[in-house]
Amino acid sequence: MRAIYILWLRELKRYVRSRAQIAASLGQPMLYLLVLGFGLGPVFQRAGDGSYFQFVAPGVIGMSVLFSSIFSGLGLLWDRQFGFLKETLVAPVPRLQIMAGKTLGGATVAMIQGLLVTVVCVIAGFRPAHLATVPIAFLFLALIAVVFAALGVAIGSSLQDMQGFQLIMNFLVLPIFFLSGALFPLKGLPKLLGYVTAADPLTYGIDGMRAVLLNLTHFGAMTDLIVLASVGSVLLVIGAHRFSKIEI
Amino acid sequence: MIRVQNLVKSFGSFTAVNDVSFDVAEGEIFAFLGPNGAGKTTTIKMLTTLLKPTSGAIELDGLDPQKHQNETRKRFGIVFQDPSLDGDLTAWENMEIHGVLYHVPHKLRHQRSEELLKLFELWERRNDQVKKFSGGMKRRLEIARGFLHTPKILFLDEPTLGLDPQSRNQLWTHVKRVNEAERVTVFLTTHYMDEADRVAHRIGVIDHGRLVAQGTPKEIKEHTGTETLEEAFLALTGSTIRDESAGSADQLRQFAKMWTGSRR
Repeated sequence: MRAIYILWLRELKRYVRSRAQIAASLGQPMLYLLVLGFGLGPVFQRAGDGSYFQFVAPGVIGMSVLFSSIFSGLGLLWDRQFGFLKETLVAPVPRLQIMAGKTLGGATVAMIQGLLVTVVCVIAGFRPAHLATVPIAFLFLALIAVVFAALGVAIGSSLQDMQGFQLIMNFLVLPIFFLSGALFPLKGLPKLLGYVTAADPLTYGIDGMRAVLLNLTHFGAMTDLIVLASVGSVLLVIGAHRFSKIEI
Repeated sequence: MIRVQNLVKSFGSFTAVNDVSFDVAEGEIFAFLGPNGAGKTTTIKMLTTLLKPTSGAIELDGLDPQKHQNETRKRFGIVFQDPSLDGDLTAWENMEIHGVLYHVPHKLRHQRSEELLKLFELWERRNDQVKKFSGGMKRRLEIARGFLHTPKILFLDEPTLGLDPQSRNQLWTHVKRVNEAERVTVFLTTHYMDEADRVAHRIGVIDHGRLVAQGTPKEIKEHTGTETLEEAFLALTGSTIRDESAGSADQLRQFAKMWTGSRR
């Protein structure tokens, strides 16, 4: 347990010390929030769907958690050749504990990042429908973080070179974001797009957050919770398996 | 302390290590020399539980690294070819994590970290982030860290690559000191023949996966009828240049070079 704790703490320390990176990582969500939020607002309003800014804020929060958590796992590729990871892989500690420390650390950092973006959203004018349900939104935030930290570890353990990284970025991470309904409502989509969005785990995370923050849901908060928890468990198992197969 | 018998490792049809046998006694400094791609790193990986041998037997302090992985890991320290420190953490924090991962009790951990950081002349800089260290300081810290859990064997895979003569000299002085003070067996690889000649008690030369010579530096020079170890090495391994095909690790190294400007 000490090993998991110290590796978790390591991820946190690294995050807190990289202030420039924290500031930089707030840039993209703010761009989506302010430009899309206010830019598409009038059209959305005319379509009779209310405030787009309110609608898109949970999507932007989910996006920041997605990027932050998945990149912490993808960083394994670098870390195992030029970083500290190799040191942990020859230590007399079971691989599972190292994977757990790394994944939990990455997920915690992603949650903090999500909270920061939430604060930015509130400052910019985002208002949840009920304050009482806000803690449940953080549960969804945590689930998104764990799901994608585990996915990142699974992929980061399997990658061999930097070219693979670009592929993952363009054909996995960005599609996960764009197909999640973070930017558009899920009702009345073309059939095919509807199926694809329903296969994207992030869809359920963002739908869940909208359910508790805005009373606006497509699948229902309970379904969201169950889907996320099951996908998370499966990905943790896959991540642990891939991580145990790393050769250095 | 290390006993290797008829060790073989093949990757598909390529045999990286071919029927290698040697012994390293307790407290000995053993240098493993060979051209690029001769099988040095593959051998170290098998000795340190990271790779499973195709056939042959390995004993480290009486243990089989594959059967008793965790027990074996507690008994050795390793400094890799590529850096493995966390640059965002301080020297002290890097030592702390290592100590926790190797189950060194709290009090002993602090005491030994202090001793080793002082010995390797890093104590004054213990609270600085490692990314601010010079290449030589990082290397010293990695070696100090390798000694933290009082291993019986320390593996050093090309520890002086990219260092200036001053840092190299100082590094070997420290390694020799701990070797004498704690009777730690040292197994090292290097491309600098003068270092091997000066530091190592015994030397093994490997080429194309086969051990072609073994003995004290003096014996090897006498055996080949040469004046220096470098001449002996060339006499044993020929003067053709070995080009390893670039694997994914090499590609990453290239990438790292591009980004950081220097290797370490």
